[in-house]
Amino acid sequence: MAELSFREAIAAGIAQEMERDPLVYFIGEDVGAAGGVFKATVGLFERFGPERVRDTPISEQAIIGAAMGAAMTGLRPVAEIMFSDFLATCWDMVANQVAKTRYMTDGQVSLPLVIRTANGGGTRFGAQHSQSLENWAMAVPGLKVVAPSTPADAKGLLAAAIRDPDPVLVFEQKSLYGIKGEVPDGEHVDQLGTAAVRRTGQDCTIVALAAMVPKALAAAQQLESLGIDASVIDVRSLVPLDTRTILGDVRRTGWLFTVEENPRLCGWGAEIASIVADECFDDLDGPIVRITTPHIPLPAADVLEDMAMPSVDRIVETVKGGMR
Amino acid sequence: MSTRVEKPRSAEVDRAIRLRLYQLMVELRDFEQRAYELFLENLVRGTSHLALGQEAIAAGYAVAMRADDYTFCTYRGHGHTLARGASMAAAMAELLGRGNGMLHGKGGSMHLTDVSHGAMGSYAIVGAHLPIAAGAAWSAQARKSGQVAVCFFGDGTTNIGAFHEALNLAVVWKLPVVFVCENNQYMEYTPIRSVTAVEHPAADRASAYGLEPILVDGNDADVMYGTALRTIGKARDGGGPSLVEAVTYRHGGHSRADPATYRPEAEVREWLSRDPVKRYRERLLAAGVGEAELSEIDARAQQKVDAATEEARQGAPARVDEIERQVWSDGGSAWRN
Ligand SMILES: Cc1ncc(C[n+]2csc(CCOP(=O)(O)OP(=O)(O)O)c2C)c(N)n1
Ligand SMILES: [Mg+2]
Repeated sequence: MAELSFREAIAAGIAQEMERDPLVYFIGEDVGAAGGVFKATVGLFERFGPERVRDTPISEQAIIGAAMGAAMTGLRPVAEIMFSDFLATCWDMVANQVAKTRYMTDGQVSLPLVIRTANGGGTRFGAQHSQSLENWAMAVPGLKVVAPSTPADAKGLLAAAIRDPDPVLVFEQKSLYGIKGEVPDGEHVDQLGTAAVRRTGQDCTIVALAAMVPKALAAAQQLESLGIDASVIDVRSLVPLDTRTILGDVRRTGWLFTVEENPRLCGWGAEIASIVADECFDDLDGPIVRITTPHIPLPAADVLEDMAMPSVDRIVETVKGGMR
Repeated sequence: MSTRVEKPRSAEVDRAIRLRLYQLMVELRDFEQRAYELFLENLVRGTSHLALGQEAIAAGYAVAMRADDYTFCTYRGHGHTLARGASMAAAMAELLGRGNGMLHGKGGSMHLTDVSHGAMGSYAIVGAHLPIAAGAAWSAQARKSGQVAVCFFGDGTTNIGAFHEALNLAVVWKLPVVFVCENNQYMEYTPIRSVTAVEHPAADRASAYGLEPILVDGNDADVMYGTALRTIGKARDGGGPSLVEAVTYRHGGHSRADPATYRPEAEVREWLSRDPVKRYRERLLAAGVGEAELSEIDARAQQKVDAATEEARQGAPARVDEIERQVWSDGGSAWRN
């Protein structure tokens, strides 16, 4: 085990796969000598050279289109979209082309590509550089979607995404880039479609994703002192979704709370709430409660942004109030 | 403006290739004609976009391409897909929504694809496939495979961002890709000139990307073949991309049964008189090819379309168990455990 930052783990994940497979290429804006604007890919350019780690123009459609054309003809490209907000400029490529072409051609085309993107708020960047957009991707058939919360998962899920034969979007919550954690030595490849139980409790289940996972864990600790023993499940992978782990835990505790950074409507937690309501309604002891950002564009000022995004305090208050 | 239409260089194309060009054009013409008839019979559901009148471009390029080169085209892509050697029966069956269709009913007219013949897909969002074609060219470059990607699109496509993003990237990365604008002078119903800042929507933009403006007669199969040889050759030799504007005209409407009444009668008459198939037939006769030989080609094309139509019509409806297949590469569509 070595201690790595989240951003170092990202670079390590890409490096591991580029080393293993000469068909893995990495492209994006400022990813070459600059090492990425979030410094999440430092060292790759020096190690693998300008052919395999290639700077692009500010052309998001060209970035994703190029990755798609390359993926359907033999490469395994990793494309970076600097901020997930910019996915809106190439959403045709992502949602119409990458997601649908395999199905429309009845499997003639395979698209083993990864789109990495810095996602989410907490950085005071305002509404066009802070969105939590993983639920956009989740809503499109044909895309796999992961959002790691730890350095180990950042490396392992990214490696799994690169090896996956289908298109995978990896949402990297930018407030996590600096966190540190143990990452297994040597080759580390995780599994898409698996949630992780971060804390096993007896009284309720809190389901969270990416930056909301450390908050949910901190909340669980406070809840414990209030006499509420909460499970915390890190969803990790929205598509495929590990419903078995979530349903199993909720059946045991009888209570479900989701903690979502996305704005309220159609957040991923709504889908999980719907599945739980459908499939283990009788095991529930009370209503499912979603803790989300309100349905607003995210404001910039620190006090406003902190108020908008789910906080440890809000999670504690909501769980406490909900279970009363 | 330095942009000019290239003159035909007919004499340079040898006889066997010319017969092949003619045969291909006739087959594409007959296929599209039949597709239109089947549409009127309500057998082609949904929509279809015919390339009647634009056959010389598809034929010229397809004949010049290597078997492993890549074709990317639009929803007006029946001809480009067939020209690479895709099964005509499978294409027709796809139009009819049959289980024996090229995509087993999951793509339809606008998405004909036959990867085994290098037909890498027909794309129905204007402009989307230009960056994708650039990506295939990038892959060929990275794999040092010597393959070239050829990307066909309409005049209207030159005003969308993806066109410009793809051209810039292709030039900067010196990719082996040829962008071929089929300027049929209309978008859906609106003339391109009424919404475009320059006279030649593709050729006049070439200089913005450091490319030579190439404006050619898209209704002349010899010219198209020559242009294809030159631009594909340049790409294969590491010379980077080209942008070609081939001026042409669609004989029918934009899609379905559009009667295309928005086009002046005299303009339509003028362009019908430059029908690429008729014109090429006359040129071949004048060059000494016998009427019997050409009639034989005509007859064989008809037979091929008849047989394809029959096979398509015999096909069972698309199988419902296909619905949940091939979202993922494991063949299924599961999104949860
Ligand atoms: C992004 C986008 N906008 C609009 C349309 C609707 N549309 C389909 S075809 C077409 C006209 C395209 O004109 P052109 O590029 O000249 O191609 P042509 O149909 O003449 O071959 C339009 C506007 C679309 N499919 N995609
Ligand atoms: Mg047009």
